[in-house]
Amino acid sequence: MNLLQFLSGRLAKGVLTLLAIAVLNFFLIRAAPGDPAQVLAGEAGAADAVLLEQLRERFGLNEPLLTQLWIYLKGYMTLDLGFSYRQQQPVLALVLDRLPATLLLTGAAFLISLVLGTAMGALAARRAGKWSDSLITALALIFYATPLFWVALMSQIVFALKLGIVPNVGYETIGANYTGLARALDIGRHLVLPALTLGLFFTALYARMMRASMLEVAGADFVKTARAKGVSPPRVWRRHVARNAILPVVTLAGLQAGQLVGGAVLTETVFAWPGIGRLMFDALVQRDYSVLLGVFFVSSAMVVGFNILTDLIYRIADPRIEAGA
Amino acid sequence: MTSTIRRRLARTTAICALGLAALGFAPLSVSAQAPKTGGTVHVVVQPEPPMLMQGLNQNGPTNMVAGNIYESLLRYDEKLQPQPSLAKSWEISPDAKVYTFKLQEGVKWHDGKPFTADDVVFSLDKFHREVHPRWRPVVSAQVEKIEKVDDLTVRITLKQPFGPMITTQEVASAPMIPKHIYDGTDYRANPANNTPIGTGPFKLKEWKKGAYIHLVKNEDYWAKGKPALDEIYWQIIPDAAARAVAYETGKVDVLTGGSVDVYDVQRLAKLPNSCMTTKGWEMFAPHAWLTVNIAKGGPLANKQFRQGLMYAIDREFGKDVVWDGLGKLPTGPISSKTKFYSADVPKYTYDVAKAKELIKASGYKGEPLKILALPYGEVWSRWAESIKQNFADAGVNVSIETTDVPGWTQKASNGDFDLTFNFLYQLGDPAIGVARNYISTNIVKGNPFGNQGAYVNPEVDKLFADAAVAPNDAARQELYTKVQQVLAEDLPVLWLLEMEFPTIYRCNIKNLVTTAIGVNDGFRDATKD
Repeated sequence: MNLLQFLSGRLAKGVLTLLAIAVLNFFLIRAAPGDPAQVLAGEAGAADAVLLEQLRERFGLNEPLLTQLWIYLKGYMTLDLGFSYRQQQPVLALVLDRLPATLLLTGAAFLISLVLGTAMGALAARRAGKWSDSLITALALIFYATPLFWVALMSQIVFALKLGIVPNVGYETIGANYTGLARALDIGRHLVLPALTLGLFFTALYARMMRASMLEVAGADFVKTARAKGVSPPRVWRRHVARNAILPVVTLAGLQAGQLVGGAVLTETVFAWPGIGRLMFDALVQRDYSVLLGVFFVSSAMVVGFNILTDLIYRIADPRIEAGA
Repeated sequence: MTSTIRRRLARTTAICALGLAALGFAPLSVSAQAPKTGGTVHVVVQPEPPMLMQGLNQNGPTNMVAGNIYESLLRYDEKLQPQPSLAKSWEISPDAKVYTFKLQEGVKWHDGKPFTADDVVFSLDKFHREVHPRWRPVVSAQVEKIEKVDDLTVRITLKQPFGPMITTQEVASAPMIPKHIYDGTDYRANPANNTPIGTGPFKLKEWKKGAYIHLVKNEDYWAKGKPALDEIYWQIIPDAAARAVAYETGKVDVLTGGSVDVYDVQRLAKLPNSCMTTKGWEMFAPHAWLTVNIAKGGPLANKQFRQGLMYAIDREFGKDVVWDGLGKLPTGPISSKTKFYSADVPKYTYDVAKAKELIKASGYKGEPLKILALPYGEVWSRWAESIKQNFADAGVNVSIETTDVPGWTQKASNGDFDLTFNFLYQLGDPAIGVARNYISTNIVKGNPFGNQGAYVNPEVDKLFADAAVAPNDAARQELYTKVQQVLAEDLPVLWLLEMEFPTIYRCNIKNLVTTAIGVNDGFRDATKD
């Protein structure tokens, strides 16, 4: 099988997967109680049958379910993610509007966790059994086990309220109208707490994985051989152990990268970060079907896309995969 | 009341209005000091409004922001007395059937077009008649015609005297809509819904979804010298604890009612340069209760059982502990802040022995019951827990059912509950905000804010119907007193609390709350030192 056949096969499977996800999402959302018209009318505190009927008509909820499904799928085939009547905007515009903030947050958290996690894991493995290993392992366990919202709130109280060194919520200083570098720095200050909070969980994952992987590789025959040949210990760790041990971490990073666009519901909510996670959460509690389906679709498309990319990279990196592809 | 008294009252109202208008149409209490001008205020709004076109959406957050963009004919003081707004004066005919509103001169929409009587007629007779769930029933049942007399005069003729009419012109209930933008269009699809055009003191500059709504001063505002503030940023911060920290760190200046957890209120109010007021909710007078689903029959349909439940609830505990002292115990369906309230009704104090006695006498056999909790946060969950314990103490087998907001809306709308928490605004007059929960004609599916317990009492129906059209306030009071007595005896719902939602703000912001709807139209008069 050549590369083109491999790629087209993967893409076809990807499209079918997306179609299945889209249909499943459609029915899952409608299985939940309430609908967008009922929620909107209910929030007004003065709904009546006429208003409900007007809203249902506007939202297209009076159409038979299969007609609604067909309209939805037809739109998606032309990359039209629909229209949010609640927010009076096309779904694609809403998603694209939130995308930069989400990518900034999840991207920063991704980098922090990858760099910090692998470094911590490598250090712990290098000093296995010593106090620094115990400290890193304990820290990783704490990062992994502590609820995100609690870390988020405590960090706000300590660093924003008590120490006053960073802002507690938001994407930038509202009303300051900074531009250029000043704006970038301002956004950076706002990014510190949410990115660290979100990054801690993955830092723990990477650290634990890197440590375990390095200790496993450290006992492998080729490492013993390298040592027997007289290669210096730092070089053994760096060139032979770390390089081989990082492969599972790369796999995990690939999975995490696929979720970057999905946003981080909890972190974005507690830090008032205007990203896709909040858009999705708000749409969920408001039963804003079109927005919810749109966010789900974009997120799942990213996961499918990254999976295809990972497959492709593996295939190029490891010729053995070709036979089984 | 005789027609002579009616005439005198009408004349007095008109004279008052004219007199107030002559004072420069700023009759609501404002500071005597020279007004400061300029300044920016950061305010919390939560959750994010779905839209700002107030004619099409009356959600709480929408009203909070859009009430400073749109205006109505009248505003209301804390005693719910009408005050001039876009109407500088008004007259009520001696037979109380004709309302004539004189409009302010020189009022412009935010796009520069003049505001005239045509806009008023369009708004009240066409736009709201079609889309507004509060105005529609009023106009269809009570109004004979709405007509333009001249460019600055509008006349509303009623089919019969309708006392609540003068209370219906609050900005969320009857905002003025620009005819030149909406007439002849599909209202809900009009692109202008994203760029609201009102006559109000502030204009929409930018809405950064998920982050903030930026309003700026309307330089052409008709009330000279107002507004004093240059701009308002309504910040969207979803988490209550984060909102409290944002206030403490100075990121926001005003925490609107209900935007922080109740146990944070007193602490935040005691911070330096921090002030608090419970005023500004008189028009809404939020009233909380447990709706009893009488339609389900069994013990719930038994009056003695419901009375037993009422005696079983430690309402003081709910107020003092769960709500941290915010609010007041209600005596019946009408809030003490609303017109025609009467305390002359059967009273229920916490008495477990009496509760047990009544529940036993009702023939209750331990049938399991569920309380549908209101999914509005921790405090409501705790309230459900405490009442569950109260009921258990009185021998009632009860459990708590939880769901999310759409789930609650659907269950409450469709009568799919035994007992459910609910709270509603009273909207200034029992005919508008109270009767809807008890009259048999409002037992409808799809609306969680009607008579969802399916209580039917022809006497109550008649009392509410007669009171709405009674010729004068004394006659209305008599009828409403009677209906409060009947309902307090029957207990179709178990009233729990007259709720309070304090506004917490920096003390250097003055005149923030000057009307019965508080910050919803308060920034017109606010200044910042």
